[in-house]
Amino acid sequence: MSDGAVLRLRDAAIGFGARTLWSGLDLDVAAGEFIAVLGANGAGKTTLIKAILGLHRLASGHLEVCGSPPHRGSDLIGYIPQERRLAPPAPVRSRELVGLGIDGQRFGPGWPRRGWSGRDRFGRDRRRRVDAVLRAVGAQALADVPVHLLSGGEQQRVRIAQALATDPRLLLCDEPLLSLDLNHQRAVVELIDQRRHASGTAVLFVTHEINPVLPYVDRVLYLADGGFRVGTVEDVLTSTSLSALYGSRVEVIRTEGRILVAGMPEPSEATT
Amino acid sequence: MNAALASGDRTGWHRVIDFSDYGQLIALVHNSIIAGAVLGVVGGLVSVFVMMRDLPFAVHGISELSFAGAAAALLAGVDVVIGSVAGSLVAATVIGALGVRARDRNSVIGVLMPFGLGLGVLFLALYNGRAANKFGLLTGQIVAVDSPQLSWLVGISVVVAVGLLLLWRPLIFASLDADVAAARGVPVRLLSPVFMVLLGLTVAMSVQIVGALLVLSIVCTPAAAAMRVTSSRALTVVLSVTFATVSMVGGILLAIGSALPISPYITTISFSCYVGARLLGRWRERGSRVAGRADRDRREARALQLEVHHP
Repeated sequence: MSDGAVLRLRDAAIGFGARTLWSGLDLDVAAGEFIAVLGANGAGKTTLIKAILGLHRLASGHLEVCGSPPHRGSDLIGYIPQERRLAPPAPVRSRELVGLGIDGQRFGPGWPRRGWSGRDRFGRDRRRRVDAVLRAVGAQALADVPVHLLSGGEQQRVRIAQALATDPRLLLCDEPLLSLDLNHQRAVVELIDQRRHASGTAVLFVTHEINPVLPYVDRVLYLADGGFRVGTVEDVLTSTSLSALYGSRVEVIRTEGRILVAGMPEPSEATT
Repeated sequence: MNAALASGDRTGWHRVIDFSDYGQLIALVHNSIIAGAVLGVVGGLVSVFVMMRDLPFAVHGISELSFAGAAAALLAGVDVVIGSVAGSLVAATVIGALGVRARDRNSVIGVLMPFGLGLGVLFLALYNGRAANKFGLLTGQIVAVDSPQLSWLVGISVVVAVGLLLLWRPLIFASLDADVAAARGVPVRLLSPVFMVLLGLTVAMSVQIVGALLVLSIVCTPAAAAMRVTSSRALTVVLSVTFATVSMVGGILLAIGSALPISPYITTISFSCYVGARLLGRWRERGSRVAGRADRDRREARALQLEVHHP
């Protein structure tokens, strides 16, 4: 799977109005690569995700997803948001949530039968696909359970299925572990890791906490104070590298396979 | 049983239910029944989204401004339908534009609603025509719907129904999970005002028959009832449309023989559907709730075990 980068950024800058969050970012993400995006609140992590999704314009520079400019609703991208309890005023089954990931952006009610064009877009194929992705994340038993009855971990599992439903080349995860307990954190990260090994899907994983993903990460993109560092965990997560990035003394401590970052200055503004 | 009741005087129960000369009466309100059925279908469809998007309060706010519009039209001698549609659309646009977040929305509605009602009361006080017209706008009436009016009503209903069917999936997606919907290319910001316009049109039509104060009985209750009995989307829609249509048509059929306004009949049938649905839902849930929780714990334990053995 070496047919060019899944995601390519060239001299990219991002900001709101006159304010620039970061600039000059060059990044190539290869198929199957797992990249953790770290940084303080307001450093522009979520904005980077929005730019890749085609929801936010780069201030300058180039952005390509699989060789073409980003556009809204691309099937090449799967998106997993923060764990936020879905408590709709109306019951919605897991199966429906996953199905919306396939064709929820299309007009029409999605008639549950073979289309007259003969392409069977909404019929059995769709159902099979929903079942397949639910099985892939070990959530087949949840298919007909209303989402508000699921636990946080189960809900994230269904969300991963939803994100995988279009068979994406790139998986964007925006703090998917937030408010999950350790066991479920591990389960979610393992599912994502399995997927990239099995299908060569690249992963961009925004997190404020490196340790749950540490065993899986290929490279780190660390955003802070208008600057950034890209490289392996060993290169980026060191006292010297982060101190230079923040412009003040930052201590990185490694202990028993965990990494602790201490002395980070408080972010001046929090926009994400 | 007293003699007056038994003798068919229009007192006591005969004021509430009276089926004498029913055949002739039905012929008279033939158009109203068609209008009621059409409204029932559209109201049932719209109410599914009113529930999904958590908008019952907005419905109430829009209907008060629709009432103000209709009262203004009555005073000006213009067609009442035009007035109520105009009032509805103004309210829907304002609420849609100013109240994107739920909390803002509720306060905008809370401010608009009494103002609309006050305007309506003012216009009615200035109006010197038939008193029944005044009362009807608030609490409903079987207007002898004439043919041009009926074609208006059917026309608007078709627009709303087609609009809803087109926006069906994006609307559900955006209501359920705006972030992921936006990421998948749903124009979330645009959908909200468009839906408010469709809602405004529905409310304006409902005001004509059930009255401004009682619109919720066909634009909220039917779906609320349906959602008590099923979590299947298709069945929710079918049940909601059925409940709304039965309330509308049933209400008209019961009301035509009586001297009372139509709204108590419609609201009572609609409310009975809801109570019935709640009882049924509870009866089915009894026991299954505890089982459901145990089920979840078991699922969780199994899922975690799998991962422990799979490093």
